[in-house]
Amino acid sequence: MTNLTELGVAAIRDGVAAGDFTAVEVAEAFNANVAAASALNAFIVATPEAAVDAAKAVDAKRAAGQPLGKMGGVPIGMKDLFATTGVQTTAASHMLEGFKPQYESTVSQKLWDAGAGMLGKLNLDQFAMGSSNETSFFGNVISPWRRKDGGNAALAPGGSSGGSSAAISARLCPAATGTDTGGSIRQPAAFTGITGIKPTYGRCSRWGVVAFASSLDQAGPMARDTRDCAIMLEAMAGFDPKDSTSLDMPVPEWEAGLNPDMKGKKIGIPREYRMDGMDEDVAKSWDDGIAWMKAAGAEIVDISLPHTKYALPAYYIIAPAEASSNLARYDGVRYGLRDLPEGAGLQDMYAATRAEGFGAEVKRRIMIGTYVLSAGFYDAYYNQAQKIRTLIAQDFAKAFEQCDVILAPTCPTAAFALGEKMSDPLAMYLNDVFAVPASLAGLPAMSVPAGVNREGLPLGLQIIGKAFDEQGVLNAGLAIENAAGFTATPEKWW
Amino acid sequence: MSTYRIQGATGEWEVVIGLEVHAQVTSKAKLFSGAATAFGAEPNTQVSLVDAAMPGMLPVPNRECIRQAVRTGMAIDAQINKWSRFDRKNYFYADLPQGYQISQLYHPLVGEGHLDVSPDEKNPEATKRIGVERIHVEQDAGKLMHDQHPTMSYVDLNRSGVALMEIVSKPDMRSPAEAGAYVRKLRSILRYVGSCDGNMEEGSMRADVNVSVRKPGDEFGTRTETKNVNSVRFVMQVIEYEANRQVDVIESGGTVDQETRLFDPDTGTTRTMRSKEDAHDYRYFPDPDLLPLELDDAFLHDCRESLPELPDAKRHRYENELGLSAYNAGQLTADVDVYQRYEAILGATADKTGKPEKDVATQVANWVLSVAPGVKNATEDADEANDTTVANAGIIALQAAGTVGGGQAKEIYEIVLKTGREPDEIAETEGLKQTSDTGAIEAVIDEVLANNADKVEEYRGGKDKLFGFFVGQTMKAMKGKGNPAIVNEILKTKLG
Repeated sequence: MTNLTELGVAAIRDGVAAGDFTAVEVAEAFNANVAAASALNAFIVATPEAAVDAAKAVDAKRAAGQPLGKMGGVPIGMKDLFATTGVQTTAASHMLEGFKPQYESTVSQKLWDAGAGMLGKLNLDQFAMGSSNETSFFGNVISPWRRKDGGNAALAPGGSSGGSSAAISARLCPAATGTDTGGSIRQPAAFTGITGIKPTYGRCSRWGVVAFASSLDQAGPMARDTRDCAIMLEAMAGFDPKDSTSLDMPVPEWEAGLNPDMKGKKIGIPREYRMDGMDEDVAKSWDDGIAWMKAAGAEIVDISLPHTKYALPAYYIIAPAEASSNLARYDGVRYGLRDLPEGAGLQDMYAATRAEGFGAEVKRRIMIGTYVLSAGFYDAYYNQAQKIRTLIAQDFAKAFEQCDVILAPTCPTAAFALGEKMSDPLAMYLNDVFAVPASLAGLPAMSVPAGVNREGLPLGLQIIGKAFDEQGVLNAGLAIENAAGFTATPEKWW
Repeated sequence: MSTYRIQGATGEWEVVIGLEVHAQVTSKAKLFSGAATAFGAEPNTQVSLVDAAMPGMLPVPNRECIRQAVRTGMAIDAQINKWSRFDRKNYFYADLPQGYQISQLYHPLVGEGHLDVSPDEKNPEATKRIGVERIHVEQDAGKLMHDQHPTMSYVDLNRSGVALMEIVSKPDMRSPAEAGAYVRKLRSILRYVGSCDGNMEEGSMRADVNVSVRKPGDEFGTRTETKNVNSVRFVMQVIEYEANRQVDVIESGGTVDQETRLFDPDTGTTRTMRSKEDAHDYRYFPDPDLLPLELDDAFLHDCRESLPELPDAKRHRYENELGLSAYNAGQLTADVDVYQRYEAILGATADKTGKPEKDVATQVANWVLSVAPGVKNATEDADEANDTTVANAGIIALQAAGTVGGGQAKEIYEIVLKTGREPDEIAETEGLKQTSDTGAIEAVIDEVLANNADKVEEYRGGKDKLFGFFVGQTMKAMKGKGNPAIVNEILKTKLG
C-alpha cells in the first residue's frame, strides 16, 4: 500500500476522491507521524480527533456522492496564530497560554469548509516575531534537516512559520498554513526544502489571525510543491467583509491555470540583490535558476530595485511600530495571562503581566515600536520609513514595466544552527533581507526549493510577482520546480 | 454686544474660550462593530469580539456613523474631506480594551465650518459667528465601575467602540454666555440633523472646555482644559471659575500651567487632573487595519439631500413668511421638539379654520410658547397623551372664530389635558362660550352705564383710562362670556 504520508495535497485529494484510500486512513497516518515526532516540537497542540472527525465527514460525503471540496480529505497543520474555536490559540506566547477562542479565523474556516482537517496547532516564533523559531514560549522547533558534516547541530527550521516548515518537511502533514509579515512563509520554506507562497496583501483575510504588523501580515499556504500551494491558496483566499483591508476580487483558479512554459516571459534579475560576499552556494543556485528559466523559454532581464538597501531598516521600523500598538491589548484585563501582585494597582498589573507574558524578542520589538512612534521621533523614523516603503513599491512598479516576475534567492544562506544568531538580533534580521521588500510592497512572492548546498541543506529561490498575479508567480515557481527536480529529504533521526 | 471682562487688580481681562464637544453619533451599531448602542443596558451585554479587542479582531467602519458625521459637517457649512483617515491614539487604561482609541488626528472627516450663535436669547438677531476647526469621528471608551467589589474595579464595555464626533471649535468665544449659546446651538443643530440626541445628562454630549485669559489685545495666554463637562450651565460655570482663577494666579505673580483639569459640580470649582509634564505621549499613527476613508459624490449627494431645514433657515422663514416676531421665531426654532409641535398645530389650525397658516401663525406661536405651557404647568393631573395636535388646534380655532375667549380657551385646555374630551364638546357642554349677541351685550352695557353715570361723566370729561373700567364691569356682568371685540365696539359707540 502507498505510504500515505509521502503524498501531497493533490495526491491525497485525488486519491480520496477516487476511493484509493479513505480520508480517515490519511488522517490516521499523519496523526501517527505527529505523535512520533515530539522531538521536533513542531506542534504546540496536536488535535488527532479533529483530524479524524473531519476525515470521517469527507468519507461520508463521498459515500453520499457529494462534492468533497478543494481540500477534501487533506489533513493540515494550522499555525498557532490562527484562532480556532475551542482549541488553544497562543501565538506561541505565555501571554495567551490556555486561551481558547470562541471564534474561528476566516482562513481556517474556509479550509475546513473546503474539506481539510486539523492535525494540530503548529509552533511558531512568539507573535510571529523571529526567523528561527527560537522565540516561542513553547520551546524551539528543531529542523528535521542536519548538515552532512557529521555534526549533529540542531538547525533552525526558519521562522516565524517554523513549526509549519518542519512539520511538512518531516512528513507530519502534507501542508500547513503560514503567515508572512517579512518573510515568515518564504524563509522557513527555503530552510526546509518545501514550497510556500505569500499572496498579494489582502488576498487572505486577517480576521481571526493574531496580529503582528497589520499592514504587512498576510496568510498563505506552505506545502510540498507548487501545485499543492495553488490548491490550498484557492481554499484560503477570498474577500472578507470583516477585514477592511481584504481584496474584493474573485479568487482565480490557480491550479487549473498552472503552466510552466516560460516562452515569452521576461524574468527580472535585480542587481541590488547580488551583494558583496554573497554565499557561494546561494549565488550558484540563483545562477542555476536563471539558466533553468532561459531553458524554459524565458528572456532574462537585468533590473534595478535601487532602494533595496533601505528595505530592512524601514521594515524594522514599521513592523515594530504596528506591533507595539497591536500588542497593547494583552493587558491582563479581559483574557490571557494576568499577573496581579498582592496589593497591585492597574499600572502594576500591566507591568507584571506584560513582563511575565511576553518573551524577550517581543519586548524588544514593542520597545523599538514605541520609540519610533514617540513624540519627536515619529517624523524621523516612522514617516521616513513610510516614504521608503512608497519608494520600494515604486521600484517594483518600474521593474515590472520591464519584466513579468522577479527571480532572486529567498535567503542569504541555508539554515543556520539554533543558538547561532540569537545573541545578535541584527544578524538574525539580515536573514529577511531578500524577503522584506516584497512584503513592504504587498506583492505576491513564493519560495521554491532549488537544490542543496555543500552541506546538503536546502536552498530556496524566490519569485516575486506583480500585485494580484499569483498565477504568474506560481507558473514561474512550477518552471523552477520542474527544472530543479528537487527530491532531497531529511534523513529521519527523530 | 456687551463685552465680558474680568475686573482684576491690574485692570480688565478678556477670556478666550474654545470648546471640544464630544457628541455620540445616533446609530444602532458601534463605529467599527455591529454591537448595539442603547443607553442603560446591563453591563457588558452590548459587546462584540471587536469591542473587547479579542486577538485577531478587526474594525470595519460603520457607514451610518460616517454618514451622520458628514451630515453634521454639512449642517455647519463645513468642508467635507472626501479623503480622510483613521489614526490610533495609544494609551493604556482598563476601559480601553485595544490599548488604543481609533480616532482621526491627521486627516479628519470634516474640516472648517462655523455656527452663528445668539448669546442673548431676548435678541436672537444679534449673532456672533464661531468657527469650527474640524469634526472627526472616534471610538468611545468603556466605563469603570468602582462600586461593585471592595478592592477591585470592574469594567463595562457597553460604551466601548460607540461612535463619537469630536467637534472642535476655534478659540472664538469671549464669554460664558457665548460658550453657552454655542453649546445650545450646536445641540440644536445635532438634534435637527438627527446625528446626536444631545442628551448631556446621559453623557451623549459632553464638552472639554479650554480657557485662557489675556489683557485685551494681547497674545493668547496659556490655556487649561477642563474635561467632560456635561451641561450648558456647568460649561458656563467652568469658564467663570477658570477665568477668575487664572486672573488671580497671574495677578499674584504666578503663571498659569497648561494642564488638564476636572470640574466638581458640587462646588462649582475645577482642580488639576494632570499637568503637562504628566501628559501622555499618544504615539498617534495611521491605523493599519483600516484603509483611508474615501467618499464618493453619490454618498455626499445623499447626505446633503437628507438634511432637514436647519434652525437659522427655519427662523428666517418663520419671520419672513409667517410674520412671527424675531423672539418667537427664535424660541420656536431653538429645539426640534418645539418646532415640530408648532408646525403640527399650525398646520392643523390652518386646516380647521380654513385660513392660510400665515394668518394664524402668531396666535399658534403664542399658544405654543406661552399660553399652553402656562396651563399645563398649573394642571397637576394632566395626561400627556391628551395633549394632541388636534385638540390644541381645535381650541385655537374656537378662539380664532370668536366662539371662546382667552380665559375660556385656557379652561377648555385644562379639561382636555385632564380628560381627553373634545374641545368643541367641552365648550358646548360646560357653557364655555362667549356671547357675540350684540343685542344682549348692548343691554348689559346700557345697564352698566346707567349704574355708573358719574364715571361716564368723568370719561367724557377726558378721563380716557376709565374705558377699561367699563369693559371690566361689562365682562363681570356677563360672567366673562362677552366677546371682548364686540364689547369694546359697542362701548366706544355708546360713550361717544
